[in-house]
Order: sequence, then structure tokens, then C-alpha cells
Amino acid sequence: MIPEEIDGKKLKPFKGAHEDHGGGRKAGPPIRAIADNKTKLRSSLDEAIDDCNLKNGMTVSFHHHLRNGDHLGNMVIDRLAERGLKDMVIAPSALFPVHEPIVKHIENGVVSHIEGSMNGPVGRACSLGKMKKACTLRSHGGRYRAIQDGDLHIDAAFIAAPLADPNGNANGRGGPSACGVLGYSLADSLYADNVIVVTDNLVPFPNYPWTVRGGNVDHVCRVENLGDPEKIVSGTTRLTRSPTRLLIAQYAARVIRDAGIMNEPEFSFQAGAGGISLAFLDYLAEIMREQGVKADFARGGSTKFMVDMLEEGLIDYILDLQCFDIPAVESVIKNPRHIESDPFTSYNYHTKGNLATRAKAAVLGATEVDLDFNVNVNTHSDGWLLHGTGGFTDVCDSGCTIITVPLLRGRVSSIVDSVTTVTSPGELIDVIVTERGIAVNPKREDLMENLKGSDLPLKSIEELRQTAVDIAGTPKKPEYEDRIVALIEYRDGTIIDTVKQLKL
Amino acid sequence: MKKIKKTITGREGKKNDLLVTMKAEERGGVRITVESKVMSMYGEQIEATVRETLKKLQVKHCSVDVSDNGAFDYVIQARVEAAAGRLYEIEAPGVLPERKVPLRENEKERLRRTRLYMPGNNPSLLYNGGIFGADCVILDLEDSVAPDQKDAARILVRNTLLSVDFGEAEKIVRINPLSSRYGRCDIETVLPAGPDTLLIPKSENASDIKEVEEITGEIEQRENLKNKTFLMPLIETAEGVLNAREIAAASGRVVALCFGAEDFTADMGVRRTRSGKESFVARSLLVIGARAAGVQAIDTVFSDIKDTEGLIESTREAKDIGFAGKGVIHPSQIQPVHDVFAPGREEIEYARKVVSAIDRAREKGSGVATIGRKMIDAPIEKRARKVLNIAETLGLTD
Repeated sequence: MIPEEIDGKKLKPFKGAHEDHGGGRKAGPPIRAIADNKTKLRSSLDEAIDDCNLKNGMTVSFHHHLRNGDHLGNMVIDRLAERGLKDMVIAPSALFPVHEPIVKHIENGVVSHIEGSMNGPVGRACSLGKMKKACTLRSHGGRYRAIQDGDLHIDAAFIAAPLADPNGNANGRGGPSACGVLGYSLADSLYADNVIVVTDNLVPFPNYPWTVRGGNVDHVCRVENLGDPEKIVSGTTRLTRSPTRLLIAQYAARVIRDAGIMNEPEFSFQAGAGGISLAFLDYLAEIMREQGVKADFARGGSTKFMVDMLEEGLIDYILDLQCFDIPAVESVIKNPRHIESDPFTSYNYHTKGNLATRAKAAVLGATEVDLDFNVNVNTHSDGWLLHGTGGFTDVCDSGCTIITVPLLRGRVSSIVDSVTTVTSPGELIDVIVTERGIAVNPKREDLMENLKGSDLPLKSIEELRQTAVDIAGTPKKPEYEDRIVALIEYRDGTIIDTVKQLKL
Repeated sequence: MKKIKKTITGREGKKNDLLVTMKAEERGGVRITVESKVMSMYGEQIEATVRETLKKLQVKHCSVDVSDNGAFDYVIQARVEAAAGRLYEIEAPGVLPERKVPLRENEKERLRRTRLYMPGNNPSLLYNGGIFGADCVILDLEDSVAPDQKDAARILVRNTLLSVDFGEAEKIVRINPLSSRYGRCDIETVLPAGPDTLLIPKSENASDIKEVEEITGEIEQRENLKNKTFLMPLIETAEGVLNAREIAAASGRVVALCFGAEDFTADMGVRRTRSGKESFVARSLLVIGARAAGVQAIDTVFSDIKDTEGLIESTREAKDIGFAGKGVIHPSQIQPVHDVFAPGREEIEYARKVVSAIDRAREKGSGVATIGRKMIDAPIEKRARKVLNIAETLGLTD
């Protein structure tokens, strides 16, 4: 049950994947004038922070293009602590293990809670009930919508910019912290009260392309190092060698072939950078060659695998939100068909068109799927909150959403009677692929029909569940305290589920 | 009680496995501690499984420390039983867990294009071995298991056979040679779990096979087993090659002869090459011996898992000289081998013509069928039906 209100905030319960039809007006940032912005270059990050006039309880934001190599998030929060600020709300587009120091600032009262995404250590702190208020987990599209609609007000957006000029025009296309795409910072740059571009590579005006436009930027400052280049992008991305994961990837590619999806007009797809997804690309490329098919576009996270498909002509365009390796960064810089995207163009729900909904197929991982095809990517079966939503719920809007999961991870089954946490409703999920069988959502009669003649191991979701129970037994369910520590927000702003504090 | 007081079984930190440290005690009952990667979900169940297993083994006093990494119940049972077996006398076949998978009827004639080797002491690989579509899976107790783990592996293999569904695959256990101290106990332990077939390494003459047949027959009768266990002699010495025919004919249980190039080249004192020319004559003799006795012949493994081209060449050659299949050591080798052994379109077309000509002839009440001017005799019909059967199994008939 979704409560009516939490921490003074009214909640709207989830009604259905496409029940919300918008309405109201978007939020607006303060109006500023050129008279006050002739120079915005600050001498240091400290000066930039001081210029923002931050107060207790305000919200600061970051993007996650520097992934586990990011230094800026910790640098800023340390400085908030130095200034004696309390109860600050952190609104990152995603967190990584590198951000573990936030836990310390939660414990000492500098940070109240997180709006957006949590991962690993910070998620653990949330499960333990260490945050003052309930956190909200949003998808990338959901985060854009929340900022655009005014649900999530950002007082200061700190934008790590691998390349920036003194006017604040910024992108991720060069410098020691090059990350390629910088699109996750779009909403922050458009709607925050204070926009601070932080760079370790200041270049002369004009820096183009301007993913972040100088006209939206209040302050520009330099730091020594934005991040650790080796952890920002990988040198090379390797294919998994696990025969089980390869088998799952191959099944997923064959589902797309045998269901006839690639032979329909405007074929396009989305696949991420996880082990199974990369292997999926490899198999898909092989099948596309065999069948003489090409895709109008592919949605990344991009890697060398996707770039190779682009260069071979199997894909017309890559529409990209995150570069995972050096070949992907190089490609987005040099190849005009490798297009930088952002959560507005890709994922937003309160929009007049996005890319995720246009994609004909998508392949995604998950932690749990249940008998109603609901998917959980946030918590583990033992109740710990360990993952942000990423683009998951947004991508589920594709024409054929395929979830690839090993049936068992160690002894833990991925197919359960009822998911620990609902991230995405079953109505958006079309196919579950495991190494021990493939289940099609019975609501997709068309897919069922198309796959009938295929030699793929089709099973019902109940059969898959039984296979797992037969071998692994039934685990004990986690026990919870009464307190809700996190809200799982659906992309339209309704609350689809809650996460409770773990009883240890 | 044996002289040893403390023992360790299992593999710590390995997927789907656990480490069991067990101490024999004189009094104090059973004391169990559990550490597990899935403690909150399965901790209690792990302890209950350990306790129940010890009860069945009639161990009254001991201390057991478990360090678990997501092992299934049948693995926990196997590791505890192996540990107990080192401290106390436990007679083979030990304490069998309840059968969870259906016992399928054993078939002598079947596709044996690929036989996938799985190390017998690795729960994770054993559990997943059946999902890659190999015609046969080999649960190996011989070369892939260290001498001091033979006891643990045979109990694990026994439990795996009762708990894991390998689908349509033929379940083969490679035992240790009877000449070793492990062979007989291997058979005693795994046979009640119902493998389809025993793979007998270092088979050199008919009496090697007759000995296994005798033991197998005894156990089947004693344990009242429903299925007759088949035998697959593995020939891997010069002596064995020259006796191929008598080995194949030694028992009605023999379904195929296999060739093992690694030991054969060692026995011959020659180098193993990519082309396999050093064993060409031996392999040909083996095929001829097998055919003369009316059983299948299956080729050795191709050991470089990265060299797919080499695998395909080697498989083509095997098919050309009359082998019905090949050993594989990695799932990625299965598809290329199956592709080589799949009947071609023309072969299927011809087989179809043969069968329909015969059906027509029989409808008319004529005993003689022809295609063009060529008469179809029994062997041609048999061959055609076999091709169609394979094609149908492989879904090539549309």
C-alpha cells in the first residue's frame, strides 16, 4: 500500500503505465540578466559555492557521466560540510561506489536524504534507516520529468565538465576526464537556481558543441582533477566468457529474429553495456548480417561493440546517453551519426515524443521478475536497496522489452512469486529470457503466435519459477521495520512501490 | 570410527559450493555453525539440511562448520556425507537423497554427436552442463578429479544425477578404471542414481568390459534398478585400438566406442597435432571395429577451445571416416560439431524420396520399391529413416 503522505509530501499512487496524460505547467528557473553575468569565471570551487548562498535543507545535484571515476560529488559535499550546512538533499542522476563518503555525511547530519538514485554503500545506508527522510528513486526519464515539472527543485547544480569555456559552454568531448556524452546534466542546467560548471580543462570561447549552454550557466570554475580517467571509461570492453550468459544473450537475439521484429519497418533497438547486453549485440550483429537487415537507430550506452555495428553499416545512427569505453568516446566525437542524446529526448514521460518509445526492442537486466512480469531492479531478494533505477522503466516502453536474467544467481532465483520491490509494472514487460527457458508475457498474444514455430525453449513464467524452486528451495523472506525509507517513483511521478527499513 | 578426527571437504568461495569442516567427537551431540553468502535467506535451511544428513548417516556426535557460497541442498548433503565418510565407515552407495528428476527410459540408439565433459567435483558446472544442448553429458570422476577428491566427487555426481534434470541428454558417468582403487566404488555409488551409461576409461580388452558388466549386473539386481545401464568403452591405448572389435562385442550393453587421443599419443610416445594425423589409423581401426560389432564410434575431443576452424575441420574428418560424434570440453564447441553432423538438404530430400517410395509400394501390397530404376533394399530404407529421424530431431524437415 502506498501511503497518502510521507514527510509532509503528498503521494499519488501508480495507476497504470500510460494512465497519466499530463496537465499543468512546467517549472521555471529564475530570470537572470546579462548585466550581472559579464564574467562568471570564479577563482575556485569554494568561491563558486559561496556565490550560491546555500542554506540548510537545500538541494544540490550532480550528473554521473564520470561514473566510478567521479571526484566532484565528494568534493562538493565535503565543502558543504566545511561550511556547517545541515540537512542537505543530494540529487544525483546516479551514484557509484566511489560516493561511499556520502554515508559519513548522512551520519553526521550534513546530508538529509537522496533524491534520484542510490547504489551500493549509500543504498545500504538507506536500507538501514540512516536517512532523515524517505529517499525517492527515479528513472533517468523520471528525474528529468520531476525537475521539469517542479517536483524536484534544485538549488545548485554542479556540472562536471571535461571541456568548458569561460561562458560555461560545456561538453564531455575532450580533456583528461573526457566522457563523450554529457546529456544527463540537461535538466539541471535548464531548471536549477544556480548552475555551476566545474572543469579541469578550461578552453577558449567558443567551446562547441555546447551540450550545456553558457546562457544557462551562473558560475564557471576550475579544479585540478574532475576524476580518475581509468574509472570514467574502460580502455576496452570485453565480452563475457560465461557460457550461461552467452546462451542467454543468444536466446535474446533469436527472440528478436524469430518474433519477426527485425523484419518489420523501422527496426531499432536498445541495449546497455552489461555482460549479457554486449554479448547480445554480438549475436544480433551476426543475425542482422545473415538476414541482410539494418537498424534505423540503436540506443546506447555505447561501447566498441555498438560503434563497430555503426561503422559496419548495421546501424544508421547511435543515439547515446553514456559512453562506456574509449572507442565510444572517440566515435561520438568524430562520427556525425553517433548522436549525443539526453533524458529529455530519450526518456521523458511528460513530453511530446521520445526515443525509448520508438525503439522496437530493448534488452535489459534485472534482479527479480515475478509471475505477473513485474520487474525489480532496485532491491535484492534479501531486502537490501542496492541499485538505482537507471533508464530501466523508461526503456521498458519499447515495442518488445526483453529481460535477460540468469534463472539462478548462486542459490538465489531471479524468478519469484512476487517481486521484493516493483520498479516496472508487468504490463510493460514482454519477454523473460533465462538460460533454462524463455517466458513470453501472455498479454503479448502476437509475440506468442510469432514465436510458435521457433525452436527456442519457450516456457510459462510459472514453469521457470518451478524449475528454480525445485533446485534452490524457497528462501526466507526479509523482515522489515514499519518505516518507509525509499519511494519508487514511476516515470509519470506516481509512486509504484515503497522500500522499508530492514529489520536485522 | 576411523583414526582421523578432523576433515575438510568442498571448495571454499566457489560458486554453488561450500566448505565443510567436520570434527569427530565422543560426546556432546551435533554442533553446527553456518556462514553463508545467502545467510538471511537460507541460513536456517542450510543448518537443517546438515543436521538431517548427519542423522541419516547416524552420526551422533560431531562438530560441523559450514562456509557456504550458495550451494543447493543436494550439494550440501554431498559435502557433509563426504566429510562423514572420511571420519566414519559408510558403506557404498551411502545415503541417497530423494529423486527429484524423472527417470527416463534408456535408449541404445540415439544421437551422440556431442558428449560434453564436466568435472565431477564442480557443482556449478555440473548443474549447468545440461542447458547447452549437447547430446550426451559426461559427469567425470576420472581425469578432472584429483585423487584426494575422488570420494567427494562420486557422492556429488550421485546426488546431481538424482537432483538435476539434464533433459533429453544421455547421462554418462566416466568412472575410474577398475584397475585403480576407485573404479569399483565409483560404480557402487553412482549406479543407484540411474546414469544412462558408464564411460570406461583405458579399456584394453574384452575382459575389462566383462568385469564392469558383471559388477553392473549385480548392483542392478541387488538394488532392483529399472534401467539397464549401458557401457561406453573409452579406447586410449595401442592395445585397446587393436582389440576394438572384441571390446565392442564384449557385452550387449556396449552402445559405442570412444577414442581418447591424449592418452593414446602418450602411450605411443608421439606428439598430438592439430590435424590428428598421428592417430588417423588408430581412429579408423576403432570405427571399423565398432561397426563390425554393430555399435557407434565417437571421436576424441578437440582441445583448443579457441580454434573453431580447427574443430570444424577435425569434426568433418571424424564424420568422413565414420564417427557418429565428437567429445567436447566447452559449450561453445557444441554448435559447430552439430552443424557438421547435421544431414544436408540433399541427403534429407533423398531420404524422403526413399521413404515415400516404400510407403507407396507397401500401400499397393508390393514388396519391392524403386526410385527410378534403382531398387530400394532394407539397408537403404534403414539409412533413410535414420537420416529423417535425425533431421526431424534437429528440426530440419520443414
